[in-house]
Amino acid sequence: MEAIILQILNGLDKGSAYALIALGLTLIFGTLGVVNFAHGALFMIGAFCAVTLSRILTLSYTVVDETQKDFLGNPLKVDVPYLHDMFGQATGDVIIDWAVPLSIIFAIPVMIAIGVVMERGLIKHFYKRPHADQILVTFGLAIVLQEVIKYFYGANPIPTPAPAAFTGSFDFGAMLGFDPNLIIYPYWRIIYFAFAAVVIGAVFAFLQFTTFGMVVRAGMADRETVQLLGINIDKRFTLMFGLAAAVAGLAGVMYTPINSPNYHMGMDFLVLSFVVVVVGGMGSLPGAVLAGFVLGVLESFASMGAVLEVLPGLNQIIIYLVAIIILLTRPRGLMGRKGVMEE
Amino acid sequence: MSKTNLTRRGMLKTSAVAGSGLALPTIFTAQSAAAFTNEPTGSSVTLGFNVPQTGPYADEGADELRAYELAVEHLNGGGDGGMMNTFSSKALQGNGILGKKVEYVTGDTQTKSDAARASARSMIEKDGAVMITGGSSSGVAVAVQALCQEAGVIFMAGLTHSNDTTGKDKKANGFRHFFNSYMSGAALAPILGDNYGKDRRAYHLTADYNWGYTTEEAVRTSTEAMGWETVAAVKTPLTQTDFSSYIAPVLQSGADVLVLNHYGGNMVNSLTNAVQFGLRDKQVNGKNFEIIVPLYSRLMAKGAGANVKGIFGSTNWHWSLQDEGSKAFVQSFGTKYGFPPSQAAHTCYVQALLYADAVERAGSFNPCAVAEALEDFEFDGMGNGKTLYRAEDHQCFKDVLVVKGKENPTSEFDLLEIVEVTPTSQVTYDASIFGGELGSCNPGA
Repeated sequence: MEAIILQILNGLDKGSAYALIALGLTLIFGTLGVVNFAHGALFMIGAFCAVTLSRILTLSYTVVDETQKDFLGNPLKVDVPYLHDMFGQATGDVIIDWAVPLSIIFAIPVMIAIGVVMERGLIKHFYKRPHADQILVTFGLAIVLQEVIKYFYGANPIPTPAPAAFTGSFDFGAMLGFDPNLIIYPYWRIIYFAFAAVVIGAVFAFLQFTTFGMVVRAGMADRETVQLLGINIDKRFTLMFGLAAAVAGLAGVMYTPINSPNYHMGMDFLVLSFVVVVVGGMGSLPGAVLAGFVLGVLESFASMGAVLEVLPGLNQIIIYLVAIIILLTRPRGLMGRKGVMEE
Repeated sequence: MSKTNLTRRGMLKTSAVAGSGLALPTIFTAQSAAAFTNEPTGSSVTLGFNVPQTGPYADEGADELRAYELAVEHLNGGGDGGMMNTFSSKALQGNGILGKKVEYVTGDTQTKSDAARASARSMIEKDGAVMITGGSSSGVAVAVQALCQEAGVIFMAGLTHSNDTTGKDKKANGFRHFFNSYMSGAALAPILGDNYGKDRRAYHLTADYNWGYTTEEAVRTSTEAMGWETVAAVKTPLTQTDFSSYIAPVLQSGADVLVLNHYGGNMVNSLTNAVQFGLRDKQVNGKNFEIIVPLYSRLMAKGAGANVKGIFGSTNWHWSLQDEGSKAFVQSFGTKYGFPPSQAAHTCYVQALLYADAVERAGSFNPCAVAEALEDFEFDGMGNGKTLYRAEDHQCFKDVLVVKGKENPTSEFDLLEIVEVTPTSQVTYDASIFGGELGSCNPGA
């Protein structure tokens, strides 16, 4: 029982990342009709926003400490962050410690700007081209973005820890009446899940309860009619691309304490997120979120030792297996609409 | 009376086949006596450095390349000479190799066997490389080693830790200075026994590929021999990034030790996840829960950050060693590049010097002469104490370092502390235990 609860928690956590990325993918596909293979790269760039802010906050000047030696036996050069001078050591350290949460504020405008530039600069030229062309150009863009990040940040993972206050783990077992220490879950993963829920809720609320969202939804349903009414739907769709980029970026920012970011992390999520979108139903936002969590939980269960003893290797194929079964039984996915990508 | 069916046509055919058969060895002998693959004829000799310049091990590859460039500089008489001053063999004079200036070409393995073979082939066929060296993966090492055997050039392996490289996949033209999984297990077990006791229950998470298997087997064998029980050993996909679903079952398994048979990004992520799940703060079976990383790399430890603190592992070499060879190398490398070298850089630098020295001692670039000079060659002054290049499997036997993540690092490089230098005798094994055939040296051409 304890193992099942733990795997459900794991699945929800994994599903949070899948759902956030798939949500952005679906937004872009639903509004612009573009299959964006660069979306994983946006997730990765979001993570590197956290790395960048962390580096900005730790910008330092060097003082020579004569009492210590470096690896060559020379006096040790010690880096002192400028923040220590500006706010004092204690406050400076707290600000540095909170680099990841602070990165949310930093990442939102950066990611929206990147999204808008991407859409206006490249992707808009491919609206009327076949999906295969769109996939090729966005996949190529993803590789370019990856290599740019690798050039500036290197190939090794870069540790970007959560604030010290959130580095421990929470004893769910004790709370639920089980023996202590059996169901432990890291604080930051709980925060990640809650954060994902808030972001998903905010996106739905934005689309559902604002005039802008209403126009976007109308444009998704019938673009031409909305344009005939004199509304500049292209401009709104461009902003939606920026919003989708910001959602992916925020997913990346908050993911950095879970796994140290590296230039390849977007690709690791990209294929799975596409499967999530297809299983959820092309163009369906609730479908993407639902499929993200369902597949996350199933993947976690498939990794359990007891399951692997019976079906070795199931953990590596479970998502694709479920995708095949769902597409055979429900060809439009869990919540897909008729007519999307069917002509 | 017997009757033979010999016809004129049959006689001619038999004679032709027999004649060709008899002539064949002579043809090969005549050619190989005259030359070998890429025999240097001008005033320079070209070496091929095949390292990961893109892909997940690109940083490790960059460090390997720095080491090779430093080695070339030293071989050609530049810089401070580095380990050439401490190397027990004095054949190298700083005037290139056999008086020929050392030049080099580089290839990108991408940490993919097919790409690594293609770049090695290109360096041999187009650039005339007489020796190939480098790499950061056992899969790549085994693939490139086989290619060099076919092509008739020497392969001096870079960072490759699988038993197979000099075990079941060994080749007469291939040589490895780096240690292997067996040695890691043999070196680690006594330290683990001393620190964590002989009554432990271990849970292994193992990267699902060749190196993972041999490392798991080595650590299991050596820890079970001293009384540990292996509760479970779970394979994890090489592409896995989030290990939470593999870590969670450890909590309920009754295990009190987690062994992470992972390297590179896998190691960084699995260790980070394990620490996040509070495993290190846990008490199981009345003991503190412990985590072990059999193969450590400073570059990877940097990626895992503070999570490596207090965690045991093994390494081939570390820049904090205080022998004269290590100090000379760290001084050279640190002065040139501004930071200390990694173990990948060390093994590559040493391999380049060992090859050059073997050529000098053999008086020839002929791979068979070089191989003969390397076989059973004993040396010192290269950072690992007295070392033997064993003839039976072309594996170096030397001291192995058991290290631990440092609790209070003083710099971004000061991540590991040496716990013990395990003597060669404790990590030596019979060459036949891993099977494989060395075969005979191929000079090519």
